[in-house]
Parts: sequence; structure tokens; C-alpha cells
Amino acid sequence: MTDVTLAELCIFACSEAFRNNGEIIATGVGPVPRLGASLAKLTHSPELMMTDGEAYLVEQPVPIGPRAYEDRKAAGHLPFSRFFDSAVWTGRRHAMVTPTQLDRFGQINLSYLGGTYDKPKTQMLGVRGFPGNTIYHPNSFFFPLHSARTFVSSEVDMVSGVGYNPAKRVPGGNYSGVDLRAIVTNLCVMDFGGKDNAIRVVSLHPGVTFDEVQEATGFPLEKGNIVETPLPGAEALAIIASLDPHNIRASVIKDNPPARRA
Amino acid sequence: MKVSEMKTVTLDKRMSARDIVSSMRDGMTVGIGGWGPRRKPMALVREILRSDLKDLTVVAYGGADVGMLCAAGKVKKLVFAFVSLDAIPLEPWFRKARETGQIEVLELDEGMFQWGLKAAAFGLPFLPTRVGLGTDLAELGGLKTVQSPYEDAETLVAMPALKLDVALIHANRSDWRGNVHLFGPDSYYDEWFAKAAAKTYVSCEELVDRMEDHYPDQAHYNVFERCFVSGVVHMPCGAHPSSMPPAYGWDMKAFKAYGDAAREPGDWSAVADRFVGATEEAYLESIGGKEAVAALPLPIF
Repeated sequence: MTDVTLAELCIFACSEAFRNNGEIIATGVGPVPRLGASLAKLTHSPELMMTDGEAYLVEQPVPIGPRAYEDRKAAGHLPFSRFFDSAVWTGRRHAMVTPTQLDRFGQINLSYLGGTYDKPKTQMLGVRGFPGNTIYHPNSFFFPLHSARTFVSSEVDMVSGVGYNPAKRVPGGNYSGVDLRAIVTNLCVMDFGGKDNAIRVVSLHPGVTFDEVQEATGFPLEKGNIVETPLPGAEALAIIASLDPHNIRASVIKDNPPARRA
Repeated sequence: MKVSEMKTVTLDKRMSARDIVSSMRDGMTVGIGGWGPRRKPMALVREILRSDLKDLTVVAYGGADVGMLCAAGKVKKLVFAFVSLDAIPLEPWFRKARETGQIEVLELDEGMFQWGLKAAAFGLPFLPTRVGLGTDLAELGGLKTVQSPYEDAETLVAMPALKLDVALIHANRSDWRGNVHLFGPDSYYDEWFAKAAAKTYVSCEELVDRMEDHYPDQAHYNVFERCFVSGVVHMPCGAHPSSMPPAYGWDMKAFKAYGDAAREPGDWSAVADRFVGATEEAYLESIGGKEAVAALPLPIF
């Protein structure tokens, strides 16, 4: 058997975030989160719902990369035209995404970097659905390059997603749906289980130290009961390979390193 | 003689693209249907680009429609949640307009956006939502809050109605009276653009005189009713370079050339002719005609 790659370890870690979520839409944006959600559905959590990325609900997760258009088999229909009514605003979704910035409160930014609202220095996508996603349903994150440029030392430049920042909470608002779960990176897995939802490290990938993670993070991290991030077994690896026949996962993390450092 | 065989008076909402654009005024608020690089009324957008129309407030789930209108200096203000071409995530011409401070914006969450269209459709000043609380959206966009008058007394964002003077939509099929059929896998929020607008103009791939004579068994494709349609125009390939499922996919090669032009030469006036054309016929010819568009594969996600 070939060595397990770090990307495959991350996919396996992402899949754990979707365990015991119930009958909700699992949305993984990008190859690693999407493969993680698909792996979860095919192994421990068949109740998960997911789309083909377009408008159809599928019970067999759709492999990523080039394929025939008709390859996906639709079991249900969830177009954008119903997405807020059915998935987002009812809280029946868990999204795993990769914002440009994330701060110590779990606030995220996808809109712009630097400058002002009227004249940003670097325009990005726009807030998309982040404000609604983060106030209504669980969210997790994946970052292929753990760095202080992403995990910023101050607050994010434009708060596009709700975090646990008390200063941002308009009195009388209902924040009961705010539920930030896992942060999977190329170095570790973190959650929001620290004091007042502070971010803490809960597992380190093989060979990674806490100090190394802290060094690559712009704000102080708490320590959970840190374990070594588990490696996927043969069955999980086979499923991952079948869901990613073009090996797109090899291009996600720089130089596609092995899960265990040499 | 049966009524159906008698020659009776019928509605006819057919217009030319030029008539549609001529009916619009500087400073209007224009909603554009579709989603990112999907089923955009690009032929009507190109007709705006060929006109003198200016100072528009554009309301859209943005793709190249927004990028082109920004690049050509047609946009005074943009109401948006994103502007993206999917495989080219950051729309290059939109980015340029933003980074030079050329346009005013109201940035919204995708869900709030459709909520604002619904408020306009129902004639309400606003609709309440939790979305926006805890983010910078409300403060930056000047959105106000309201308090529930009931026991819960919850504080909510009052999403203002996004009232449109005009909505532009590209449909698979229509008849002369504006009975529209949308038969892709997703109608996005076109229905609500149509209902939020004082006037909605629909371009279509196929135009028939009387829908019931041609497709009487397909009425479930009529996503919104013809009272929300003011004019129709037959514009085959009218979504190009965006996608028009199931007829054709998006033209990523065309998007790439368009995106590259934002860097080099970086000047819209130097390339507008390439991406807009003097006429729609000339544009279609320049991209290889209807056959080339029909051959574009549907995108894989």
C-alpha cells in the first residue's frame, strides 16, 4: 500500500465533522471538504443529504473532477431557488468552507482585504451566503495552508460570517443558531471548545507540535485533550480514491506531502 | 365553429431588443436574472452595452453581466452578494471597478438578497430576518433593525425591498403573450426578479405564437405568470457566454479571454467590440454561430 497523504488524512478528519449531524445537507466546498462529506455519507453517516453541486440531491456522492454530465443519479431536487427555504434558514445544513481570513472569534471574511467598503484594496468574492449560513446552521472550515495570514492576529477585515465576538452581538438578536464546529488544516484539527468558545487544538497531525501550530497562528490557541489525528484505514482510502478518480486531492496541499512526515 | 378555431384578439408582447433598451432611462434600477455564470440575459446586457444608457443601479447575483456593465461605466451602484464566473472565482472587471472605487455598492447575503426581492414583490417596505446580525453587513450597508412586537421581542434586520424598475431574464421558451417556460434544473430567483420589477423583459431561446398550441403538456415549466412579463424577444444563444441548461453550457474559453482582457490591455473600450459586437448577429457570428454555442457541453460540478 502506498503512503497515506496529508490530504487524505485531512479528508478523513473532515469526514468526522459530519458524524452524528442527522438528516441535514452536508456541503463541502472545495475538494477536501467535499470528499470529507462524501466519505462521511458512505461510511458512518448514510443519513446525510448532499447535492451534485448543481441542483439535485444525490444518495450516491458524485465523484469530483471531469465526468459525464448524466453520471449523477438524482434522488431529489434542491435548486438554489429553494436553498434558503429548505436548507439554510431551517438550520438543516452543515457547510465546510475555506474563507480568506478567520479570527480568534471565529469571524470569517470572504469579501475584501484592506481599503474600505467603497474602495477595497483587494476585492474578493463578496460575502456570498456566509452571513446567513453562520447565523442559521453549523459551519466548519478547512485550510490547506495554516498561516497567520489566514488566522489573523486582529479581527478580520470584513466580518462576513458571525462568530463569537460579544462586541458584534446586537442586543436582542437570536444567536442560538451560531454553531462553529471544526477547523481542519494541514497541521491540526481545532474546535471552538475553549473558554468562551475560544479556538483550541484538539488533534495534531503526525509529527506536528503545538508550538508549530501556535507559531503559524495570529492569535493565542488553547490546548484541548490533544491526540494524534487518526489516519484513514484501507476502506476509507479506497472510498476516497473512488470519489476522486483524477487524484485532484494531490493538488490541494503544497507538494502533496505524506501524512507522516519523513 | 369552435372558439379555438375562431380568429380572436390576442396579446402580443413581442419587442426588439433595441425597443426594450430604448424604453429604459438613465438612473434606473435594473435587476438581472440568472446566477453567476448561469442563464444570464447576456444578449439584452449586450444591447445595453451598445446603448447610451448610464448611471444604472444593477441588482444581480453577478457574473459577466455585472463585470461588463461595470467595465463599460454603466453602473452607478451595484447591489450584490457575489460576482463570480465559478471556475474564474473572482470576476476580473468587477474587481477592477471595485478596487478603483468606481461604483457604489450595497453588499448583501445571498439569502437576504432574495428576501429583498420578495419584499418588493409583495409591496412591503421590508421583510425581517436574522441574517446580517453579527456581521459588518448591516452597518456598512446602512440596514436598520426592527423589534418583534410579540413576546419574544427579538431584534431582526429589516431587509429593505429591492424594488426594480426593470428586470431582464433569459428563458428557454416563451409565447407572444409572455407565457414563459424555464426548464433548466434551477430557476434561481428569476421569478422574484420578475415580481419585484415594474417591467420585466424576457429574451428567449424559442418563441412561439400560442404556447397551448405547441406545448400544452409542459405548463409546469411556467415558473412565473405572464402578468409579470411586459415584453418578449426571441434571442437564440442569448445567454452566451453564460450557461443555458439543457441547451448549452457556459463558454469557459470565452470567459477566460474576457477575464484576461481585464489585465491586458485592461481597457474596456479597446476590447468591447470583441465581447459585445456591433450587433447581436455580428456577435453570434464572431463566436462561431449557433452551432458552436449548441456544442458547448453542460458544466460539471
